[in-house]
Amino acid sequence: MAEKLKLNRVPMDKQAPEIRRQNPNEVASGYTYEQAVGEAKRCIQCKKPGCVPNCPVNIDIPGFIEAMAEGDLPGAAKILYATNSLPAICGRVCPQETQCEQTCALGKKGDPVAIGRLERFMADWARENQEESGVGKISLPKTTGKKVAVIGSGPAGLTCAADLAKAGHNVVMYEALHLPGGVTAYGIPEFRLPKNIVQAEVDYLVNVLGVELRLNQVIGRGATLDELLSDGYNAMFLGIGAGAPMFLNIPGENLNMVYSANEFLVRLNLMKAYLFPEYDTPVKIGKKVAVVGAGNVAMDAARWAVRLGAEHVYIVYRRTEAEMPARMEERENAKEEGVIFKLLTLPTAIIPDDHASVKAMQCVEMELGEPDDSGRRRPIVKPGSEFILDVDMVIPALGTRPNPIVARTTPDLETTRYGTVVADETTGKTKKDKVWAGGDIVTGAATVISAMGAARRAATDMDAWLRNCS
Amino acid sequence: MNEIVVKKELAPKIKVIEFVNHDIARKTKPGQFVVVQMGTKGERFPITISGTNPDKGTVKLTFNEVGRSSQKLGTLNKGEVIDNVAGPLGTPTEITKFGTVLCFGGGVMSGPISYEVAALKEVGNRVITAIGARNKDLLILKNEIQALSDDFHISTDDGSEGYKGLDFLRTIFEKEKVDRVIAMSVATVTLRTISELTKTHGIKTIVSLAPIMLDGTGMCGCCRVSVGGETKFACCDGPEFDGHLVDWDLLESRKRVYSHEERLSALFDEDQRKGFSSSMCRR
Repeated sequence: MAEKLKLNRVPMDKQAPEIRRQNPNEVASGYTYEQAVGEAKRCIQCKKPGCVPNCPVNIDIPGFIEAMAEGDLPGAAKILYATNSLPAICGRVCPQETQCEQTCALGKKGDPVAIGRLERFMADWARENQEESGVGKISLPKTTGKKVAVIGSGPAGLTCAADLAKAGHNVVMYEALHLPGGVTAYGIPEFRLPKNIVQAEVDYLVNVLGVELRLNQVIGRGATLDELLSDGYNAMFLGIGAGAPMFLNIPGENLNMVYSANEFLVRLNLMKAYLFPEYDTPVKIGKKVAVVGAGNVAMDAARWAVRLGAEHVYIVYRRTEAEMPARMEERENAKEEGVIFKLLTLPTAIIPDDHASVKAMQCVEMELGEPDDSGRRRPIVKPGSEFILDVDMVIPALGTRPNPIVARTTPDLETTRYGTVVADETTGKTKKDKVWAGGDIVTGAATVISAMGAARRAATDMDAWLRNCS
Repeated sequence: MNEIVVKKELAPKIKVIEFVNHDIARKTKPGQFVVVQMGTKGERFPITISGTNPDKGTVKLTFNEVGRSSQKLGTLNKGEVIDNVAGPLGTPTEITKFGTVLCFGGGVMSGPISYEVAALKEVGNRVITAIGARNKDLLILKNEIQALSDDFHISTDDGSEGYKGLDFLRTIFEKEKVDRVIAMSVATVTLRTISELTKTHGIKTIVSLAPIMLDGTGMCGCCRVSVGGETKFACCDGPEFDGHLVDWDLLESRKRVYSHEERLSALFDEDQRKGFSSSMCRR
């Protein structure tokens, strides 16, 4: 299709760093129609595509890109939505560079096809052109009469709910918070994933696929799993994520101006504290902020701190940039916005001021030793390297573990010592009758797309089981 | 769901409402709370539950109109609906036969303490109840709680009714063997004073803590407290803890962290709010 191989991808416009430091709006503006079609035409339509098997939900990537290259946007939308119910989210937050784009044939000689950007373009176009795209007019099969409870409305829950609704089952989705979306609502910032897009993806499930959404339902504290099952549900999917924050366990961590990344992000993303006092929830911001950790959540917290007006924002990490779990794109964005990486640095104590707030953070320098269990070189304390980092706010972003509420109230749900639920890797089936699980509640904190992949596999197994159960 | 069916003013700025929510009414036990949100721009805030009627599916809340959100809740009338209520949250209080239990309800928390008094009585405890307030005008539920209790006392900070201050508790402990104390108050200093007093008498004391909360489900750690040297989340490990093990200084300082923002928020009316936010965003 392409006359000559185009080695460079079409660039995407971004807000300049000095501008985006001062607003909460999305950083990357997305492709125009011309840019999208131009990029789609770079795809060489491999006979055996490398991209599809490396996508956790196996989107027909060459298929939708070919339709785009031919200018057939409704056709492309149809192919995309057939395998992915949340393309506007995935196109923005998937780590494409380690998945579909990593195995793109063009990547051997030049840039891989910008699959994520094309997915985002298609999803945005389909949402903004409901009539023409036809994604709102899906015809659902005759109802099976089977009732399924999906617990959690994050990426896993949304995917499982969509797949089961498309298969004709009656799906009720339970969400603990007052807004749906799970981590896409409370965790991922507006400047990476606008909240109106999350709402639109949820609306699609509710309005088009007929999923019933019940908010403010803290399952485990309110109804238990067993109560729901005896209430007439034939099967249940647990997609409750890993929402409980971890702390450093160092002195001073309960001081004021120490926020878990979760708290900081919930205040900003879910409660819109950046619009206080128009919105009622406040958030504090220091002049010098240390975010401890180097995952995507740490980058999100650091970049919010920049936007709230902090003068110095540090990412404090005990290893080097090579070991950082955050996506390259987010690391680059953070650096462009002025976030300073304090590498090979381990906090040992947070020092209080006279008002029980943060005065400074005591740290030690690290060096890398032999590889550990994760295959990354183990950081070791450099003797005598203690120093004081001058900060007045500390945000531990050390990852999250599963919230224990459901496990505590479901004795026969087998869990690991990390609090994750034990489930079959290929089917998502837990040890408890009629209950499947997928996403962070099974794996511990991971990515949106891996949760969606697990949810899709569980939905397939659940569908087969539901069709045979009486 | 969440339709208000009863609304009463118990004292100036203290209201009681009952709303319909069968899920919450069916599951609630004494000591638990709900998180309420008023409107899409409102904050999430906890209110301890004062009782339920599982047959009618109603939940009772007693609250003080102190902040912006509770004031908004106070403007709702019978027939109107609370936007968002999640619950029941928190670990229920331990209800068993202890022997003699002294329950203290300070101010608005006289509502939820009455719920615990009733449950403790039902399993055969002798229950001495004391309620307190800043002054006599702010005392609530006197007759109701007296009727539930084996013995009943009133105290006010200014002595305008009943005992002045909390020293009368000492007299009770000297006169009678008390097996457990349960204290509820939004004033941390009251809980602290009672805990210090009972410690000298060696009486196990359970206090219901009210740190700042955000989601109320264990997701953010905003409500962390230190109990016996361990960090706990009040929203799911509590809100009730052993008062002799609580780090009171930490709790008091963490409760004050947004006092500036609370004053700021109170200064603006609805129209001004939006303009201020957008001009602020953030530099």
